[in-house]
Amino acid sequence: MIQFLQQLGATTVNRVAAVGRAGQLLSQSLIAKPAPMMMLPLLVRQLYFIGVLSLVIIIVSGLFIGMVLGLQGYTILVDYGSEQAVGQMVALSLVRELAPVVTALLFAGRAGSAVTAEIGLMKATEQLASYEMIGVDPMRRIIAPRLWAGFISMPLLSMIFAIVGIWGGSLVAVDWLGIFSGSFWANMQASVSFSEDVLNGVIKSLVFGFVIIWIAVFQGNDCVPTSEGISQATTRTVVYSSLAILGLDFILTAMMFGDF
Amino acid sequence: MAQLNDTHIEVSNLSFWRGQRKIFDDLSLTIPRGKITAIMGPSGTGKTTLLKLIGGQLTPDQGTISIDGDNVHALTRRRLFELRAKMGMLFQSGALFTDMTVAGNVAFPLKVHTDLSETVIRDLVLMKLNAVGLRGASELKPAELSGGMARRAALARAIALDPDFLMYDEPFAGQDPIAMGVLINLISRLNRALGHTSVIVSHDIQETLSIADYVYLISDGKVLAQGAPDQLNGSEDPRVEQFMKGRPDGPVPFHYPAPSFKDQLFGDSQ
Repeated sequence: MIQFLQQLGATTVNRVAAVGRAGQLLSQSLIAKPAPMMMLPLLVRQLYFIGVLSLVIIIVSGLFIGMVLGLQGYTILVDYGSEQAVGQMVALSLVRELAPVVTALLFAGRAGSAVTAEIGLMKATEQLASYEMIGVDPMRRIIAPRLWAGFISMPLLSMIFAIVGIWGGSLVAVDWLGIFSGSFWANMQASVSFSEDVLNGVIKSLVFGFVIIWIAVFQGNDCVPTSEGISQATTRTVVYSSLAILGLDFILTAMMFGDF
Repeated sequence: MAQLNDTHIEVSNLSFWRGQRKIFDDLSLTIPRGKITAIMGPSGTGKTTLLKLIGGQLTPDQGTISIDGDNVHALTRRRLFELRAKMGMLFQSGALFTDMTVAGNVAFPLKVHTDLSETVIRDLVLMKLNAVGLRGASELKPAELSGGMARRAALARAIALDPDFLMYDEPFAGQDPIAMGVLINLISRLNRALGHTSVIVSHDIQETLSIADYVYLISDGKVLAQGAPDQLNGSEDPRVEQFMKGRPDGPVPFHYPAPSFKDQLFGDSQ
C-alpha cells in the first residue's frame, strides 16, 4: 500500500516536472531574441520538411474522405428527397471538424514523429551538446524553427485538406451520382459562413498544430538518448498528440458551437 | 615542466550526484594555462561528466568551477554562450552535424560567431582542414567518413575559432594505431602552435602520458594522484601503480559490487 502510494507520488511528481520542462523549453525557444537573418533559412527548410512533405498524405486523405462523405451523404439524403443538400453537408463537416482533426492526426503521425526522432537522434549523437559547446543555443537553432514551421504549416494543410475534400465530394455527388451542380454549390455557399465555420476551423487547426509540434519537440529534447528511449519518445509523441487533439476538439467545439 | 602558477580553470570542492550515485566528492583541481593537462581514471569515474560540468552543460550540487575567474554556473545564459565561443570541445563520437558537409561543419562556428566574408571563411576552413589532413574530404558528409576521420574533422571544427581552451573527450578511444598516432601528433602540435589550454580526458595511458604536461588521476570521485607523467609512472601507491601498469585486479576491483558468488549460485534459488 505504502509502496503504491510512493509510486503514485513519484509518477505525479515526474509528470508535473515534465510539464515544467516543456514550459521552459517553450519559453527559451520562443521568448529568446529573434534573429531573422539566421532564422529565415532554417524556417524555410523546416517548412519544407514539415509542411511540404506532408502534402501528399494530406491531399490523398482529403480526396478520399470527401468522396466518402459525398457518397454516404447522398445515400442518406436521397431517402428524404433532399440530396441537393449534399454539398452543404460535405462542406460543413469538412470545414468544421474533419479537416482540422484528421489533418492534425495525420500531421502528428507524419511530421510530429519525424521531428521527435530527429531531435532525439541529435541528442543521442551529442549534436545538441555540440551546438551548445560551440556557443549556439540549440533552443533557437533547432527547436524554434521547428516550432514555428509546425505552427504555420498545420492551418495551411488543414485548409488544403478541406478544399480537396470538397472537390472529392463534388466528384462523387455531381459527376458520378448526377446531382445538379448548381444546387450542390449554391447550397454550400448559402450555408457555410466564413466567420463562424471557416474561421473556427482555422482556429482549431492553429491550436492543434501548436500542441502537436510542442509535444513533438519536447519529447525529442527530453528523451533518454538511447535507441529504446527514442522509440518510446516517438510513440509518446503520436499517442499524446492524438489524445490531445481529440480532447481539445471537444472542448473547442463546445466553446464555438455549444451556445444554443 | 609545467608552470602551475598561471591558473586557467579552477575546480574547487566539487560534488556531483547522479541520482543516488555520487560521482564527485569534494574534488578540487587546477588546470594551468597553455599546457596539456590529462585527467585519467578508470571507466565510470565521471571524466566526461567533469568536462560537461566545466562546459556548463551540467550544474554541480556543490562547489564551483571558474574559468579565468568567472564562476561558470553563476553566469547568465547569454554570458555562458559567449564564454563557450572561447571553448572548443572534441566529443567522443565527433558529434558532427549530419546535415552539413565536413567543410560546412568547420565553417559553422565561424559563420555564427564572426562577420567574416564568405571567401575568408572558405580560406580559413581550408586551412583548418589542411591542418588535420582532410582538405580533400571537405565536400563529404559525416556519414561517409571513418571514425578516425570524423574525429579529425571534429577537431578541425573545435579549433575553427582558435579557442583559448580545448577539451578532448576520450580522443583515442576506438582508433586504429595509425589514427591514434595522427591524433596524438595533432593534439600536441596544435597545442604548441596555438598556445591554448588543453584538457584531455582519457584512459589510454601511454598515449596520453606521451603528450601531457600534467596529469590528474581520478578514482572514486576524488583526486587519487597528480603530477608530471614521470612522477606518476614512478609512484609507489598500489592503486596508482595498478592503473598505470594496467593490471586487471588489485586495489581497484575488477568486479562491480555484488553478493558472494557462492551464495548466488547455490543459495536460496528454490
